Amino acid sequence: MADHTLDAKGLNCPLPILKARKALKEVPSGGTLEILATDPGSVADFEAFCRQTGNELVEHSQNDSVYRFLIKHTAA
Amino acid sequence: MSTEAHAIQSTGEAPVAAPETKSMSIIVTKGSLDWAYPPFILATTAAAMGVPVTMFFTFYGLPLLLKDLDLKLTAAGNPAMKMPMMGMHMGLPNLLTAIPGVDAACSKMMKNLMNKKGVASIEDLRELAVDAEVRMIACQMTMDLFEYSLDDMIEGPELGGAATYIECATQADINLFI
Repeated sequence: MADHTLDAKGLNCPLPILKARKALKEVPSGGTLEILATDPGSVADFEAFCRQTGNELVEHSQNDSVYRFLIKHTAA
Repeated sequence: MSTEAHAIQSTGEAPVAAPETKSMSIIVTKGSLDWAYPPFILATTAAAMGVPVTMFFTFYGLPLLLKDLDLKLTAAGNPAMKMPMMGMHMGLPNLLTAIPGVDAACSKMMKNLMNKKGVASIEDLRELAVDAEVRMIACQMTMDLFEYSLDDMIEGPELGGAATYIECATQADINLFI
């Protein structure tokens, strides 16, 4: 179970990333953020976002048209 | 960024990035609805990824800093602009785009379409850019040319010229002209 959940369904690029960044600030270091999105581009984008920012993309999955990402706040 | 670039000592206001931090600058030269998107999308996303961003607004990009935006696009001369209409994607012949009211109607349709598809408005992206502390420079020469004053603009932009931008660009890893 994630510490925080962000519902970014229906939002298009770059809003899921921008909202995730904002939400991550509320997650303590070591905590997790779950993001739900419908933007197919968010799969590649969250991978790139995590590589660039040093946060860990713990898992991502797809259920019908909803993508779920679990990010662990590991960046400084 | 090269080590040489890091060694340059800033004497101005430009933010000096930490050695491992990549930074980006964008020259914003266009002010139509469609052209306004790339700079604001890239600036807000870079900022969200920990990349410090400077935007330099010049010529027709400068009005993007005005308090009240009413951005429009034109279909004239743009064969790639096709809108979903009547179950298909339609472009407009150039001759039709010259009819008064057509550009306004196209702009309205585009904004409705963007809203429907969950695309942020330029107003929203701009606010997010300000919140993310994106540095914004309004071109002084363009301010004079088009007779704008900082009072017409949103809070946040500073005034600067080509040298201000060049100083920033020499320290940035990514420099875009849009």
